Amino acid sequence: MAIKKFAVAAYDDEEVLFPAVKKVRKNGYKIHDIYTPFAVHGLDEAMGLKGTDLHIAGFIYGLCGTSTAVGFISWIFTSDWPIIYGGKPHFALPAWIPITFELTVLFAAVGMTLTFCYLNQIMPGVKKHVFHPRQSDDLFVMAIEINNHTPENEVMAFLKATGAKETSVQMAEEGWWYGRWDKKEAYEALNAG
Amino acid sequence: MNDRFEIPARLRNTSMFLIAVGVLTLVGGIACLLMGHNSTDVDKSRFWAVLLHDSVFFTLITTISVFVQAAVSLAQGAWLVAYRRVPEAIGANVWVFSAIAFVVMMFIVFGYKDSHGMNPIYPWVTPGNDKILLGKAAFLNKGMFIGFTLASLGLWSFFGRKFRAMSIAQESAPKNDTKIYWKVFRLSAVFLFVYALSQMSISPWYWVMSIQAHWYSTLFSWYAFASAFVSGMSLILLWVVYLKNQGNLELVTKEHMHDLGKFMFAFSIFWTYLWFAQYMLIWYSNQPDETFYFKMRQQGPYSIIFYANFIINFCMPILILMARPSKRNYFTVTFMAMVIIFGHWLDYFQMIMPGPLGENWHINWYEIGIFMGFAGVLIFSVSRTLTKSSLVPANNLLLKETVVHLS
Repeated sequence: MAIKKFAVAAYDDEEVLFPAVKKVRKNGYKIHDIYTPFAVHGLDEAMGLKGTDLHIAGFIYGLCGTSTAVGFISWIFTSDWPIIYGGKPHFALPAWIPITFELTVLFAAVGMTLTFCYLNQIMPGVKKHVFHPRQSDDLFVMAIEINNHTPENEVMAFLKATGAKETSVQMAEEGWWYGRWDKKEAYEALNAG
Repeated sequence: MNDRFEIPARLRNTSMFLIAVGVLTLVGGIACLLMGHNSTDVDKSRFWAVLLHDSVFFTLITTISVFVQAAVSLAQGAWLVAYRRVPEAIGANVWVFSAIAFVVMMFIVFGYKDSHGMNPIYPWVTPGNDKILLGKAAFLNKGMFIGFTLASLGLWSFFGRKFRAMSIAQESAPKNDTKIYWKVFRLSAVFLFVYALSQMSISPWYWVMSIQAHWYSTLFSWYAFASAFVSGMSLILLWVVYLKNQGNLELVTKEHMHDLGKFMFAFSIFWTYLWFAQYMLIWYSNQPDETFYFKMRQQGPYSIIFYANFIINFCMPILILMARPSKRNYFTVTFMAMVIIFGHWLDYFQMIMPGPLGENWHINWYEIGIFMGFAGVLIFSVSRTLTKSSLVPANNLLLKETVVHLS
């Protein structure tokens, strides 16, 4: 991960935010992310985000759970320690279906939860840069990456024109990190200097 | 907007052809019974059992449309409103199949005995000295059977027509008038109560489970309901796709189709859950008075249907309908809807046939012809009802919400 420069705009209304997002995309600026106090319907489509592939991962985790359960139980009951229970054959598949089902669900659920956390970069103890302290309160905050193709003054003037309530330029770590807020001091120093 | 449906000549001819095939098959069946010099008890049982199978199956899957309307109205859901006229039209024709089913059942209960003086379809009608049947006589007797059958068929038919009438009354009501909306809401609650006591418990016990009156399963009605529900949703989907192909139902988008696809997928799994729950407990406890039901079906002459049932109704939906793109593809959902309706028709076949027919079951000209006849009656009656009103439930309070609906 790297420390990058971001132009940050805060809007106080989603009805201002949506046209702004449209204009930003039309001008070709790269939206890093948008932080909103609540789930805004249709924002993902407006931002041009692809649909997630999380469910394909879930299907694969489920298959792993199914094969673990069937493989493990059938190994125990047919070769490792065969015992006759209730006059049933050693390979008593119907009796194993509930356990197979539960393991499928467990693998899929735990695997998808962890994958979800990884994709969204959230985890207990993990830090992420907060662009605006009110982004989880009452402001809709959009962060745009500034690079060689998008000069800072141009972006800032553009964002002000879209109706942003507050704008700022911040040096920030784009990804997540584990540990203390050390980086905060690092880029506070960068911002100052 | 193209909101009126006119029956295309092709659909009318198809339905007429199917009805003609059904009537000819019925006449052929009667002729075989009367003139066949070697018509045995099994032939007679087959004649009645097939009629019972199809009339019960079609009554139950059309009643699902009434159930869906009631459940969605009570939950104040908007997703159904875009094509609400389709379940309404199907529900308004429940009475057709109810009437046929009632006549068939009355014939079986009163007018039918084999050469030994027994009733081979509903053995409790002639219990003789059978201790088990005599023990169940308080529930399994003609009076109770007729009473419950009349009550449930009558109430389903009434509510099916009532929901449609109220929905059409909303069109001419003053704009944003909520009176009818809350009336539908209250009647939906009443209907669900009625439905829970009939289709979800008593009706399948009487009509289907009592064919093997020695055997019982407490979740049988849920299992029969799940089977009917999947095929009922598939039936709605087939109509919606057909009407869209005709250029109607412009409000219905892939989002709405996705919802129906989800129901077909999810309730196929639900059906499997109940099917397996019933099977596994009986397999596990291994009591002879319970296992004879499955011995006949799984290891006996019906094993091919038993396994086909599982493959068609579980393996195919879970593999084909699991992915999101396949639920949003008109071809896959239409194909799967037909597969599911056929699969659950087979499911009802293996619930009903082993009792009266034993190992002498057939799926032959008679079974297929009668099925085609019922399908013809369904197409004919529902398409006629669809033409009688606008296909867009104008003035419905949730219309705006259903237009912007995302699945």
